Amino acid sequence: MKVLVPVKRVIDYNVKVRVKADGSGVDLANVKMSMNPFDEISVEEAIRLKEKGKASEIVAVSIGPQQASETIRTALAMGADRGILVKTDAEVEPLAVAKILKAICDTEQPGLVIAGKQAIDDDSNQTGQMLAALLGWPQATFAHTLELGDGHAKVEREIDGGLQTVEIKLPAIVTTDLRLNEPRYASLPNIMKAKKKPIDEKSPADYGVDVAPRLKVLKVTEPAKRSAGIKVKTAAELVDKLKEAGALP
Amino acid sequence: MTSLVIAEHDNKTLKDATAKTVTAAQQVSAPVHVLVAGSGCAGVAEQAARIAGVERVLVADDPAYAKLVAESMEALILSLAGSYDAILAPATTNGKNYMPRVAAKLDVPQISEILKVVSPDTFERPIYAGNAIQTVQAPSGKKVVTVRITGFKAAGEGGPATIEKASAAADPGISKFVGEELSKSERPELTSAKIVISGGRGMQSGDNFHLLEKIADKLHAAVGASRAAVDAGFVPNDYQVGQTGKVVAPELYIAVGISGAIQHLAGMKDSKVIAAVNKDEEAPIFQVADFGLVADLFKALPEMDEELTKLGY
Repeated sequence: MKVLVPVKRVIDYNVKVRVKADGSGVDLANVKMSMNPFDEISVEEAIRLKEKGKASEIVAVSIGPQQASETIRTALAMGADRGILVKTDAEVEPLAVAKILKAICDTEQPGLVIAGKQAIDDDSNQTGQMLAALLGWPQATFAHTLELGDGHAKVEREIDGGLQTVEIKLPAIVTTDLRLNEPRYASLPNIMKAKKKPIDEKSPADYGVDVAPRLKVLKVTEPAKRSAGIKVKTAAELVDKLKEAGALP
Repeated sequence: MTSLVIAEHDNKTLKDATAKTVTAAQQVSAPVHVLVAGSGCAGVAEQAARIAGVERVLVADDPAYAKLVAESMEALILSLAGSYDAILAPATTNGKNYMPRVAAKLDVPQISEILKVVSPDTFERPIYAGNAIQTVQAPSGKKVVTVRITGFKAAGEGGPATIEKASAAADPGISKFVGEELSKSERPELTSAKIVISGGRGMQSGDNFHLLEKIADKLHAAVGASRAAVDAGFVPNDYQVGQTGKVVAPELYIAVGISGAIQHLAGMKDSKVIAAVNKDEEAPIFQVADFGLVADLFKALPEMDEELTKLGY
């Protein structure tokens, strides 16, 4: 079974983002970029399936600028087999991403798509679900554990009150949550090997998808800042201050 | 111009998230209808009918909707979508699960986790884990929106609204609910509690969380945790407050043994009052805390407990 893994290039998890002074967005110049952390978990899960003999081939797809090929290389170095770069300098919204991925699924015919539950830049949490709807496939979002059976998958999902288990027919979409696995680091030999793995270059037009944004971003601003308050000396004083502030019932 | 709010409930009790989403819906497109999809959920429909500003409650009572499974919810909501200008759901794990499916099928962008309705087609939403706020304008046409419930006050009591039956849509039959393991607790839920007391890596073990629980029980507070405490296995993952866990905005948030990583702050910095106990006076949590106590939590928590007892809690 072929597994498709979409990977997104985003500002590195550890970088503190800065809002541009003109309110047009977030400063991306000279900022370290990395693979979206949830997508790393997706790549790792796909590789584990392959190691268990449940997946035959892993295809990593990224939609973005030329540099997104580096994100694909990271996936290849971890253990994916080949890549598809859908090159565009536009900011592609989740619905357009889902449409491109649908077209890729139509030709690649994967048995499973494993996607990150959300990208840590726009925090939309939409793409996997949208792709599932467009394909008419079932989904298991926020996966905590994944178990592949014959023609179906059993997935434990992280939900508000705890964990929920669903069974979905394959082909299907799974989106990953934090605790599904711990992604591996690529070893140096694997990084070298990844340089020889193929990456196909495409454009959104090849898939007949219009990536023009539908939402208009009017501005991006800093959130309201909180300032440090006072330090108290004892636990009793803390309770008394909270009482005075009307914060206790 | 009507909007449809998808109710959040457990077939017995309507969740507070619904009334908060109704508040957002009224600012987008009034009047507001509420869809209660569930199984044996007549009582929930009656509760929804008493939310102020709700004109009509639609009830789809069918075993297929017992757990709000995404594929079934997509079919149901699409069967009703024609009559509405806007469809809104709370950004709970349920809403996040089914709403993008609806948006994709309607071929409209979804606007996720709105914090504020600026005007009926313009919204504020957090990006980069709340480190930036984006103002976006939706195109004309149907709006599909999920609502970050900490951004809105619950609509009050009113009504009663009329209750109508909605027919179940054909079930796609591609997924099924197998079971669930829910944390059992007598305490309020994290996302709706007025007071939250959370522990971090400084708690050192899951057993030590009883020190927080004692105080939580006195204050009717929910107990939360940082990602570090969850990853260390002290408490289950549904305790996690932060960027990738739950976002809370209670009247009072007490952070104990939590250093205050950006990812944790993203989940609690909109709380009205923040108190922090940490032995490291350089901990970033103190930069957002209204009241900070630099102390060993194993000494401070029993003392807080004692002081609360003195004050009659």
